[in-house]
Amino acid sequence: MKRFIPLAIATCILVFSTSCGLASSETASDSSAAYIENKGSDTIVNLALAWAERYQGEHPEARISVTGGGSGTGIAALINGTVDLANASRQIKAEEIDQAQANGVEPVEHIIARDAIAVIVHPDNPVSELTLKQISDIYSGKFSNWTEVGGEDRPIVRLSRETNSGTHVYFLETVVRLGSSEDKTLFSTDTLLLPSSEGIIAEVRQNPNAIGYDGLGYVPEDLKTIAIAEEEGGAYVLPSIPTVNDKTYPIARDLYMYTNGEPAGTVKEYLDWIFGSEAQEIVAELGFVPALPTTSSP
Amino acid sequence: MKRLLPINRHLTERLAFTLITLMSFATVIPIVAVVIYILIQGAPAVSLEFLTGFPRDGMRQGGILPAIIGTIYLTVGTAIFSVPLGIAAAIYLSEYASDTPLTRTIRIAIINLAGIPSVVYGLFGLGLFVIFLNFGTSILAASLTLSIMTLPVIISTAEEALRSVPQAFRTVSISLGATRWQTIRRIVLKEALPGILTGVILGLERAAGETAPILFTGAAFFLPRLPQSPFDQTMALPYHLFVISTQVPEMPIQIQYGTALVLLVFVLTMNLIATVIRSRARAKRQW
Amino acid sequence: MEKSLNWYEFIITRSIKASGYSAILFVALIFFFLVREGVPTFFEADLASLFSLRWYPIEEYYGILPLITGSLMVTLGATLVAVPFGIGTAIYISEIAPRWMREILKPLVELLGGLPSVVLGFLGILVLSPFLREFLDLPTGLTAFTGSLLLGGIAVPTVVSVAEDALDAVPRAYREGAWALGATRWQTIWRVTFPAARSGVLTAIMLGVGRAIGETMTVMMVTGNAPVLALELGSLFSPVRTMTATIAAEMGEVAAGSTHYHVLFFIGMVLFLISLGVNIAASSVVFRAKKRAERILS
Repeated sequence: MKRFIPLAIATCILVFSTSCGLASSETASDSSAAYIENKGSDTIVNLALAWAERYQGEHPEARISVTGGGSGTGIAALINGTVDLANASRQIKAEEIDQAQANGVEPVEHIIARDAIAVIVHPDNPVSELTLKQISDIYSGKFSNWTEVGGEDRPIVRLSRETNSGTHVYFLETVVRLGSSEDKTLFSTDTLLLPSSEGIIAEVRQNPNAIGYDGLGYVPEDLKTIAIAEEEGGAYVLPSIPTVNDKTYPIARDLYMYTNGEPAGTVKEYLDWIFGSEAQEIVAELGFVPALPTTSSP
Repeated sequence: MKRLLPINRHLTERLAFTLITLMSFATVIPIVAVVIYILIQGAPAVSLEFLTGFPRDGMRQGGILPAIIGTIYLTVGTAIFSVPLGIAAAIYLSEYASDTPLTRTIRIAIINLAGIPSVVYGLFGLGLFVIFLNFGTSILAASLTLSIMTLPVIISTAEEALRSVPQAFRTVSISLGATRWQTIRRIVLKEALPGILTGVILGLERAAGETAPILFTGAAFFLPRLPQSPFDQTMALPYHLFVISTQVPEMPIQIQYGTALVLLVFVLTMNLIATVIRSRARAKRQW
Repeated sequence: MEKSLNWYEFIITRSIKASGYSAILFVALIFFFLVREGVPTFFEADLASLFSLRWYPIEEYYGILPLITGSLMVTLGATLVAVPFGIGTAIYISEIAPRWMREILKPLVELLGGLPSVVLGFLGILVLSPFLREFLDLPTGLTAFTGSLLLGGIAVPTVVSVAEDALDAVPRAYREGAWALGATRWQTIWRVTFPAARSGVLTAIMLGVGRAIGETMTVMMVTGNAPVLALELGSLFSPVRTMTATIAAEMGEVAAGSTHYHVLFFIGMVLFLISLGVNIAASSVVFRAKKRAERILS
């Protein structure tokens, strides 16, 4: 027993010095580190991460930390003054703007990419086209069996993101409520509210009964994307960069980053880079739609 | 009729024993199966680079070093706060306290602390350490939250260890003129040390594997460098596993299993150390 | 020499006493904070909404009943799994197994107790849920039942260790008396030892239940998170949403101080009170049993 104590202490010291050594080697080049805190939407988080990695590769003095948590978290953090860049897959709400201004924060909106919402089903599912109304009826609970939309005799398992997700809110307003602001329809109670986009993908991939929706950037090749017609009789369109840009795909949205006031210094450099062609190529690579650079105050 | 009875009794016993034995194996075999399964699936991913490198390509490649270091930092931080406090409280309960309503309340309080859901600890940590005391989401806040969660485990196992030291040891020491504290420090604590250590390690093992308490108090999705101060956020193995298995698209399945394996090894090693300490102490015990 | 020793001893003794009281301090502190942030719910949220049947926080539907039934359903299932297997294993370890087997089994069960819940949730998504979906022909494998199985596994070590301690504590004399009267080992266990350890076994079950109610990560990953009112037995095989998963999934997203934030703390309060209730009930069972035993033995 006693003999172990020196060994244990030695191990602890070893572990500590290794980690301190690793930590310090990381910061050796860090004397004038530009540290950018980036937080928010889970839809954007992987894109933000890819950008952060590429940017840091080219600008070693910059340090960008990326966290998810949902659009609301990012905006809340911006209001609290704890982040430089808030990622949001929905626009900032009026109450949030009020709260921000009460805290002395002036949110400035930047559209950094665009995103198509893809509706996905299992590859073996024979259904490949749906109208917006049909999708709305599926999610509000009107349709419960795939035969009602031309599929096999299987129960429909509805998958959705969590209520705090910008993606969820967008889907609710644009699809379930068909864009009408007086419509108070809700998702059916047995909709599975999964805490992450990847959870939806995983379930749809192995469950032939499932239907889900996700940002196009999250949908892998092996899943089946539904072609959507805005109205009965209209053309069924698959989501892609061209169809989002020419607005023939009915459910697409802007992705935002919010800053406190006009960006300056390292944050401005980073944002400028994001609007540049290299960063926008990454956008396309990840399955999102490149934005046309715009800046606006809400 | 009477001749049937003895056979019935023994038959019942046979049946019952078989059933119970099967049940026990049914409980234990899945544990072994889980460990082996993760070992098989995760081993291909674990390499030196995996253990010492940083994540790349959206965490789909490279290593998980920041998560490993983060978990070590959190475990050490938890130990710093919970071990002294927990052992002191155990000493109080075992050596100083008498059976008063106050003592009973303390014991109920400890049992309650042990039963509080881990996510409620997270809420509490958020409310007190992150917001009220303004530590922000940091290693400090997360460690403090984890320590309060670990406290009941340490207190109850330490107290049991202290209590198991025979009263004779204390009596003899006092009769030789030692003060109470001298007795405790030099004799009782020393004898109870293996038991206390076991409890501490098991408590820290649980803290290392928990996700919910650190979700809103200190864990981060991705940090470009290792944490520099206790006020920094950190990545951590359990949170990292949660993130890569549910949030990141196209995450290679091997990396997920590899991370699970590393976490499992971390936790199981602590378990093993605790078990070894306990059995060696039991073997050497002279009482 | 005497004086300095006294001072030193005095300080140490005082610190130890203070540490002893710290447990009460922490429980009180936790309760205080939960109440502080949870009670505003009653002023901010519509009371009718709180007791309604819909949990949809972004539209001000704060019906917590589906969440409560979700937690109860999963806990019920977990208890049905943990109690027979836990007590059976405890009986085996303490009464039936040979010594060498005991030395192997006890550490193994303790090992199960150390498995991080996120690892079990991880395996649940990847392995258990698809298996259950096919094996039981369910619409989806993300159900209360999946959660119950995993939770049962997590609660079993608690049940086993407390029950085994209780069985061990039964005086040898009880067993020997029974054997002397000609009882078989099983008869002894079933009619003498087990009933004698009744209060300890009950405590074990209650602590296991407490563990199951409080589990977060595993249920968040495998129960589907659909806020369905789970009242019939069949709901066990459909998705549910537990209180713990709701807090974990939504807390990161809320703006500090918003109604949603307060409601989540309110749910935390409910969880705290439930675990308090379970623990007090368990302690009082033991307390009363001890009193009874003292009366019998004296």
